[in-house]
Amino acid sequence: MKSLILKTVSKTLLPLLILFSVFVLLRGHYLPGGGFVGGLIAAVAFILHAFANGLPETKKLLRIHPGFLIPIGLTIAILSALAPIILTGDPLMTGLWQEQDVPVLGKIGSALFFDMGVYFVVVGVCLTIIFTISESV
Amino acid sequence: MSEHLVIYPIIVHMLTAILLLFFWMNPKIQRYISILGSAVGIIIGILLFKEVWTDGIQSVQLGNWQAPFGITMIADTLAVSLIVLTNIVAFALSIASTKNMVSTRVKFGYHAIFHFLIMGLSGAFITGDLFSLYVWFEVIIISSFVLLTIGGRKIQIEGAVKYFTLNMISSIIFLTGIAMVYGATGSLNMAELSRIIPEMENQGLVQTISLVFFIGFGVKSGVFPLYFWLPASYHTPPSVVSALFAGLLTKVGIYAMLRVFTLIFPLGEMNQMILMVIAGLTMFFGGIGALVQKDILRVFSYLIICHIGFMVGGLSLFTEVALVGAVMYMFHDIIVKATLFMMGGVMYRIFGTTKMENMGGLMDNYPKLSLLFAIPLFALVGIPPLSGFWPKISLFSASYTAGEIAMLVMFIFASLITLIIVAKIWNKAFSKNENRIERRASFKYFKDFSFSEKAAYIVPIVLLVGVTLYYSFFAEHFQLVAERIGYELMNTEEYYNAVFGIKEVTKL
Repeated sequence: MKSLILKTVSKTLLPLLILFSVFVLLRGHYLPGGGFVGGLIAAVAFILHAFANGLPETKKLLRIHPGFLIPIGLTIAILSALAPIILTGDPLMTGLWQEQDVPVLGKIGSALFFDMGVYFVVVGVCLTIIFTISESV
Repeated sequence: MSEHLVIYPIIVHMLTAILLLFFWMNPKIQRYISILGSAVGIIIGILLFKEVWTDGIQSVQLGNWQAPFGITMIADTLAVSLIVLTNIVAFALSIASTKNMVSTRVKFGYHAIFHFLIMGLSGAFITGDLFSLYVWFEVIIISSFVLLTIGGRKIQIEGAVKYFTLNMISSIIFLTGIAMVYGATGSLNMAELSRIIPEMENQGLVQTISLVFFIGFGVKSGVFPLYFWLPASYHTPPSVVSALFAGLLTKVGIYAMLRVFTLIFPLGEMNQMILMVIAGLTMFFGGIGALVQKDILRVFSYLIICHIGFMVGGLSLFTEVALVGAVMYMFHDIIVKATLFMMGGVMYRIFGTTKMENMGGLMDNYPKLSLLFAIPLFALVGIPPLSGFWPKISLFSASYTAGEIAMLVMFIFASLITLIIVAKIWNKAFSKNENRIERRASFKYFKDFSFSEKAAYIVPIVLLVGVTLYYSFFAEHFQLVAERIGYELMNTEEYYNAVFGIKEVTKL
């Protein structure tokens, strides 16, 4: 499926889709969206790139093995859950919120970091599965 | 930070698993991290046990959402003792998996999944919310499915399909039960349910819902008509994995039964009868099944089923003494069943087969090892003073005083049939003359092992046998713990107060 059109489009779409996935991740606080959906969109971006340019190209682009994103995401998520224990002495998973709004993003809380963790885990898992399947075919 | 000790058993194994994922490509470091994580797990388990033992039931409201609205994590004596035992077994088995595991298995994340499984077990023990219990059960099933299939031999996949199908069905039934409870009461907090359910008008409906839960947990623990997945799958994975499953997975089902049928749906007359009949049949069919099997791992699998009957039987009598007996039996069973499957692994390495008729001469060739193996085998039967004997005192006397002579007869029958099976194993594998079968060329036998490989097989067994011996000779410690558990299970005020944070009122 190495058509020139797809190849060209995928190079433009990759940054756009990743940007969109970050947007979906951030708006998840107030509106539909969040880490899971954002992660899926980001994974789709890379999968599209792999379809158009071949797996080796995408791997070069990613630099690290996508499976490595899983523990990174899990670490971010568990740190956001542990933060209230360490910082304020509240029970696990208590939401910590910043006092003032940040422009564009809105209020930042520990929930956002949990979502980011989910985002990385979803990207890691999806890409690992798809890469493994397309390698073995 | 110490007031959140309740959730640390979960956190420790989660952090260990994450750390292991970072070292995905480095199996050597993974072994040490795994052992270290389990050791920290034991320490935290013991600290938590001490806290619960001195200060009573401990609870944490996750996310700081107060009790009936949020999820409560609660550690009572039953939960913490099981966590300590789980971590001890996990420690022994993570030592065993250093050499026992082929590196292809480690490369697919064996150690990390192992710790995710222990995390799921700890979570199931300390959660105070029915739906959260379901989620932890899912964590356990998914991890166990990976452990079962990792390695991908044909026989493993075959066992795993049966295992997964039946466990999935049981999860669906459990979830249906949860939906019914929520529809009927509007709450899933176990402590709140313990107050709502006795006041409901339609008690017939309540008893029926409770039977839905019994079917769900029954599949997981392997009671009579629902146990077929167990002997079909437990002999397929490597011995460390089957030891983990045999020691802990079926016991989670029993734990859930103990919790649900004492706290939420105290057993009524009819359900008591049903449980009693099923316990009797479980012991009967498990025992008979073990008697006719020729493969030693399958014999052990059927013995698991047979002995599940003791715990369900103890629960069905529903007196404090019987519950003490059931809990004591559970403690004994966790350690001994894990040891048995480890033993099965060593015997497979010695003889190159798991068929009993091809074994023989273990006592002549490995006298010290035979002595070591004799202890869990005799403890299984319950020869005094070994560990199987002590819970049976409570169970026998409880069934006698309750006037349930049929139950008493079944207990004795199951003990006798276990004795016959152990005698048979002893005859065929240990004292019979050496049975020379052809050596398999591409098979690594036990006597060809290097010292460290032998140690990785034997040290965990020594460790677990040590716990069995401690149980045997200091049974009064376990009896004390079990008596307190029995009291807590029958009197749910303290549990309720701990969840809703009204400790001071009761102390005045």
